[in-house]
Amino acid sequence: MGLIRDLAIQGVQMLLVLALAPLLTGWVRKVKARLTRRRGPPLLQPYRDLWRLMRKEVVLAENASWLFRAAPYLIFAATWVAAALAPTFATGLMFSWSADLIAITALLGSARFFLALAGMDVGTSFGGIGSSREVMIASLAEPAMIMIVFSLALLAHSTQLSTIAAYTLSSNVGLRVTLAMALVAILMVAVAENGRIPIDNPSTHLELTMVHEAMILEYSGRHLAVLELANFLKLLLYVSLIACVFVPWGLAPVGSGALAALIGLGAYVGKLAVGGVLLGVFETSLAKMRVFRVPDYLGAALMLGLLGALLLFVSRGGLR
Amino acid sequence: MMAAPAISLLLACVGGLLALGLGAIGLAAIGLARRPRTGALIYAASGIVSLIAAAVALNALLSAGPPALATLPLGLPWVGARFRLDALAAAFLLVVDLGGAVASLYAIGYGAHEREPQRILPFYPVFLAAMNLVVLADDAFGFLVAWEVMSISSWALVLAHHKDPANRRAAHLYLVMASFGALCLLLGFGLLAGPGGGYGFDAMRGHPPAAGVAGLVFGLTILGAGSKAGLVPLHVWLPQAHPAAPSHVSALMSGVMTKVAIYAFIRIVFDLLGPPQVWWSVVALLLGAFTAVLGVLYAMMQTDLKRLLAYSTVENVGVIFIGLGLALAFKAENLALAAALAATAALFHVLNHSLFKSLLFMGSGAVQGATGERDLERLGGLIGRMPQTAFAFLVGAMAIAALPPLNGFASEWLTFQAVLVSPLLGTTALKFLVPAVGAMLALAAALTAAAMVRAFGVGFLGRPRSPAAQAARETDRWSRAAMFVLVGLCLAVGVLPGLVIDALSPVAQAMTAGRMPVQAGQAWLSIVPIAESRSSYNGLLVLVFIAASAGLAALAIHRFASRAVRRAPAWDCGFPDPSPLTQYSAGGFAQPIRRVFGGFAFAARDVVDMPGPGELRPARFTAIVRDRIWETLYVPIELAIGYAADRLNRLQFLTIRLYLGLVFLALVGLLLVLAIWV
Repeated sequence: MGLIRDLAIQGVQMLLVLALAPLLTGWVRKVKARLTRRRGPPLLQPYRDLWRLMRKEVVLAENASWLFRAAPYLIFAATWVAAALAPTFATGLMFSWSADLIAITALLGSARFFLALAGMDVGTSFGGIGSSREVMIASLAEPAMIMIVFSLALLAHSTQLSTIAAYTLSSNVGLRVTLAMALVAILMVAVAENGRIPIDNPSTHLELTMVHEAMILEYSGRHLAVLELANFLKLLLYVSLIACVFVPWGLAPVGSGALAALIGLGAYVGKLAVGGVLLGVFETSLAKMRVFRVPDYLGAALMLGLLGALLLFVSRGGLR
Repeated sequence: MMAAPAISLLLACVGGLLALGLGAIGLAAIGLARRPRTGALIYAASGIVSLIAAAVALNALLSAGPPALATLPLGLPWVGARFRLDALAAAFLLVVDLGGAVASLYAIGYGAHEREPQRILPFYPVFLAAMNLVVLADDAFGFLVAWEVMSISSWALVLAHHKDPANRRAAHLYLVMASFGALCLLLGFGLLAGPGGGYGFDAMRGHPPAAGVAGLVFGLTILGAGSKAGLVPLHVWLPQAHPAAPSHVSALMSGVMTKVAIYAFIRIVFDLLGPPQVWWSVVALLLGAFTAVLGVLYAMMQTDLKRLLAYSTVENVGVIFIGLGLALAFKAENLALAAALAATAALFHVLNHSLFKSLLFMGSGAVQGATGERDLERLGGLIGRMPQTAFAFLVGAMAIAALPPLNGFASEWLTFQAVLVSPLLGTTALKFLVPAVGAMLALAAALTAAAMVRAFGVGFLGRPRSPAAQAARETDRWSRAAMFVLVGLCLAVGVLPGLVIDALSPVAQAMTAGRMPVQAGQAWLSIVPIAESRSSYNGLLVLVFIAASAGLAALAIHRFASRAVRRAPAWDCGFPDPSPLTQYSAGGFAQPIRRVFGGFAFAARDVVDMPGPGELRPARFTAIVRDRIWETLYVPIELAIGYAADRLNRLQFLTIRLYLGLVFLALVGLLLVLAIWV
């Protein structure tokens, strides 16, 4: 019985993130539109876009290889698995121990690896520009993320997300400088990783400023739909990750009943809504920065993460 | 199998390889070595002998019996040639012989391209035999002789294409650095043996030197083994020599010979030198971290595919030294479990790097054979023309970029876990150093992914940049078989890391006296280094999840939405340009990273020469990347040696009276030194 229930919870989690991801992006778009006094597209527009793209035929460049066609599914799968392993409404998911926070970061790295390769497959200049910038951003964002993981892991004595969430829920957290640094750093990394303003503009089609859009320029039809969905999932993953580590309240603990799960679900949707509003406000209040200012921005995130970890190393005996 | 027959069998394998080398010399003497079939025969025989040796080593590693000893009546008269097969030797023999077997399989096909096989065939089996002997040796004399044979045979292999002046220069540099390394090891062993002259390893193990001497030996070992392994700043020969050799030898040199150097470091520092001191670990960690980051930054700047891979070897040696440095630190502070974790991570990475670096060099050899090009700027579009090689290279690139669920990630993950237990360390210097090293490790990992995207993306994807790349054809079936064996091993080791950790645990125990928990009993074959609430990883499940979700998504979309495909010209934002030169080049791809890191690491500058209005000359863009280590460290040494040689040259043209006078003065000087010292 327990096994079936655990499997069911894991399955619900996988479907939940898939179902909610486009909604979150639609919500962020709506918030941004309202902040700039536009009415904006309806909340459900991302779903309609996906369905429309899926039904269209794929227009494939003549020299596109198998990698170009396989990459969207691999990117989607890696992102989906990563998103499904982060606790959303309940901790102690059945398979959450199969990949810890380092592995989740690396799964996103795999997705990016294939995305950058796909950008170079057709052999156009825009694909190259996108891939080249993406790996530059990643070469700083990924170590910054690892340093944040270090800070959290040293505090919670674990790299497992469930344990970290349980640690933040427990009473012995208090106010910690490291946690604050990690929070600022992870927010900065999340903005960069999702290609949001000020790093990249998700709605731009001005060629020379694109990063993400440049890599997927040659994609169309269902391939584009899958890539878009993967991108929605990534945004959702980062919001869930930050929510689960820094505001885990409401998460249903291991083996709790249906009521706790429902409360957890409600809390989760609420967190997503708040996260979407904050992201929208942040994006509308900033301008995009030049590509070569990005290293400064990400370098700051890396240093914050490193300082946070260093403080822990120096201030205490560490993991016992 | 009993332990004693195992070592006899291994020595017989070594003897067989040496005999093969002699036989190849004989065949070359009567002119038969030029025939392709002779080469195939020698490679096949080397491969079979290596495979037998690998099987014996694996069996010895898994049975974990007591060390087996053997003595041959060779070498120093009062020591003999002693050999010993313990867990550490067995693990490294497995790496050496597995690499040797696969490289031989590859060479059966690849060797047919060689124009002068008689320059390779005699040295190849000797090289393999010498690497085996280094690992088996149990006395300093035998170790150093085997080490030198390994250096010289690989030097001869680097010189296989001796008509290219760049190769001659590389071989010369290699010879100089190898002599330097061997000198350091010689002095180190001399200090270890002490005035009594106990050149057997058991004598050294029994009487570890005092702290000061041990520190000196440690420094000499870092110089000697580090120069062979490619630690920055002793790495300069490696990216020149490894690419110069034929590709199967490059695979052996990068994938296997650097591991023999790491074996030498482990054998001396962890086994012979007694209890470590904390500052050793600081040195190893600092060197490892700088090697990792600088190695991958260099790799990012290269356009020669094989040189890029050689620099990436430098990076991986850095990662291994980070693991070894952590193990030393934990061992020095008596944290046995953590030390075992760090040592296992380092050993795991040794195995992994030997697998994927051999694979990548073989892929680059296949590309070179098919196109005659190593320059990324003249490749491109090979995924359509060499699909199987491209797939194998892609898997190797993913593995080295530490992407789950392949093997590179498993060892990288273990190293991170070792970093995460390091707040246990009491020393203040280490408390500051270890998080910084962790950050450098993460930076190196991310940059490796970037370098591999660049190598694969420019080399295999896009449109062909030269007629040679346009006309490329898939490589022969032996080479493909060898590459796919390695692809399979990379995947198998990646999804079942627990088995490898268990197999390595006797080695880690011998190194650090600690033992990681047994992984075989974990649910779903996951790995749990310390405790499940702490951290766990399951490569198998990750693979299954990714495959299942990708398959499900593709199936659902093809079934319920659309499966129509139309081929059309590339869109490229509406301005497609038919010239393949409009693609991003390897240099252009690296430009953002060159701008971010290059200023500090290479004094990199971009010079744009823009002609004024009305001028007819073309605009020029030059990217200047300087090798600061070469300029600050090696150029002065080169100048000093040249200066001294010029001055000493005068001694060549003296009269006989002056020579006699000099001899007399030297004699008096030596006697004086003796009189004062003794």
